[in-house]
Amino acid sequence: MVENVIEISELTKVYGTGNVAVHALRGVDVQVSRGKFVAIMGPSGSGKSTLMNILGCLDRPTGGTYVLDGEDVSRLSKDELAGVRNRKIGFVFQSYNLLPRLSAVKNVMLPLLYSGNGNGNGHLTEEEQHERAIAALESVGLGERVNHRPSEMSGGQQQRVAIARALINNPSIILADEPTGNLDTRSSDEIMDIFHRLHGQGATIVMVTHEPENGAHAERVITIRDGQIE
Amino acid sequence: MNLLKSFRVAWEGLALNKGRSVLTALGVIIGVAAVIVMLAVSAGAEAEIADQINALGANLIMVMPSMSRGGFGPQAAAGVQLAYDDIVAIEENVSGITGVSAEQSTTQEVKAGTTTLEDISVVGTTSGFPDVRDYQVLVGRFLTEEDNDRSNKVVALGYDIAVALFGDANADRLHPSAVGQKVKIGSTNFTVVGVMAEKGVVGTTDYDGQVYIPLTVVFDKFMPSRFGNDEVRLIYVSAESKEVMDSVMSQVTNLLAKRHDVDPTSPGFTLTTQDSIIDTQASTTEAFRNLLGWVAAVSLVVGGIGIMNIMLVSVTERTREIGLRQALGARPRDVRQQFLLEAVILSLAGGLIGVLGGVGGSYLFNTLGTMRTELVSASIPLAFAAAAAVGIFFGFYPAAKAAQLEPIVALRRE
Repeated sequence: MVENVIEISELTKVYGTGNVAVHALRGVDVQVSRGKFVAIMGPSGSGKSTLMNILGCLDRPTGGTYVLDGEDVSRLSKDELAGVRNRKIGFVFQSYNLLPRLSAVKNVMLPLLYSGNGNGNGHLTEEEQHERAIAALESVGLGERVNHRPSEMSGGQQQRVAIARALINNPSIILADEPTGNLDTRSSDEIMDIFHRLHGQGATIVMVTHEPENGAHAERVITIRDGQIE
Repeated sequence: MNLLKSFRVAWEGLALNKGRSVLTALGVIIGVAAVIVMLAVSAGAEAEIADQINALGANLIMVMPSMSRGGFGPQAAAGVQLAYDDIVAIEENVSGITGVSAEQSTTQEVKAGTTTLEDISVVGTTSGFPDVRDYQVLVGRFLTEEDNDRSNKVVALGYDIAVALFGDANADRLHPSAVGQKVKIGSTNFTVVGVMAEKGVVGTTDYDGQVYIPLTVVFDKFMPSRFGNDEVRLIYVSAESKEVMDSVMSQVTNLLAKRHDVDPTSPGFTLTTQDSIIDTQASTTEAFRNLLGWVAAVSLVVGGIGIMNIMLVSVTERTREIGLRQALGARPRDVRQQFLLEAVILSLAGGLIGVLGGVGGSYLFNTLGTMRTELVSASIPLAFAAAAAVGIFFGFYPAAKAAQLEPIVALRRE
């Protein structure tokens, strides 16, 4: 068991070169220990999104190291990063990002499609994968709607499907990017309740948000400004 | 991600936009069908020509006066005039032949009793005609050498003409009764000496709808003397076998050169064999087939470009989906495979429908009788493989473009 799920040190990210270079991150150090619920906050242009992308292994840092769950992922190839995202990261997006033509359960199973070669739970049979997806949907309170399509569900329900999808491969961290940004207050509360429950079950959650009341849900708030942690 | 799963994902992608998928495949459908139909049409045309030439009879040599009568240059020999006597001379002096004939046709009214037939093709020919043309006598006899020598007013009737003039419900009673009857052709009376067996239409010649009279009689009675001449434009010589063809040709050349007092190396007439005609036709039809093949190939390429176009649109439309799949763990190669498979499925499905359409189309042409077609069996795997190649080739660029998308850019795209 690694104490820190996320260990970031002296992380830099520079876009462009020379005079037009933009220093989005200027030496960031962050440690998140297992089972924590962390919020990353900061105004737009602060480097918050850049940090989020690197945390999600969607982008590579220019300098510094990022160790995720004991694995240094800061210098991995594109293919290796795809494997890391599949195994270790559960994404929850502001706009849900469900595939409209697939039912809820098929959407939840989507990551398993890319889980071959020892990644995640790709070794399971089709039936086991299906059961697992149903269990994930039940855990977010959608056991009744497994065969509904996204268009037949409310925003809150869609986001819960997205959370079930994030859970399917037992990720090391759940990375939520403004998860309640498109939701009304009641649905937002429901989503935050689910995060609290997952946190209570031992999940590590990193939530990027600019809403202070969401930040208040987290155990710890990391504020970023001008590419540096305050 | 295994191939079966990729296939399913690609299929779902296509099913998302069924109408557009079908329209996209249409280009390949038409291209593949065109390849098959066009090859079938040209193969049919080739077979038709070969049949027509073979129907003239086996081992045939055609003797014609050279066209360059008078000539334009020193090497152009003056054409000779071939005449009936030349036919007789060939018959008597050349060994290894089964028959010699010549023809000169005219169109006349044919009358017997109260029955009048208008515009009947009257073929003036010689006794060798049935041998040369592989044509049988039903009752009576065909024209003899003597008929030509003496310009006898005798006629052998094609089957349909005999039925029309002397027809009877009972065919057995018809033909003996026709022999010996009088027939008026133009203003001249002829005696029927025979009725020919049914042969039908070969090429453009309706054997059963013609009557046959001595060649010399055609010259006497039906060719106005101011045109002249009893010139024979074409002599058919049929050889006993392929082996003696060369010998027969040199004998005929030497004989005619001697008779007309010309140099055998530049005699003013030409000898042509079926083989040389078939060769000429083959090269013509080959050029025709190549042309059709290229037209079909171009339409396949156009179909492929259509697929590429739509796949590019599809990649753009589904950028967010691509970004999501990448975030969930799809590697660039997984994305590429998905879009490549979509293009390949489109073109293979198009190829399959195209093969069915092409085969059905060729069959239909044949059945409706508008055009003879012969399915070239190699064209089916060929067209199908071409469709697959088109799918891979034109699917590759959009697929590579999709695979190169950066996940963060793709995810942010609205």
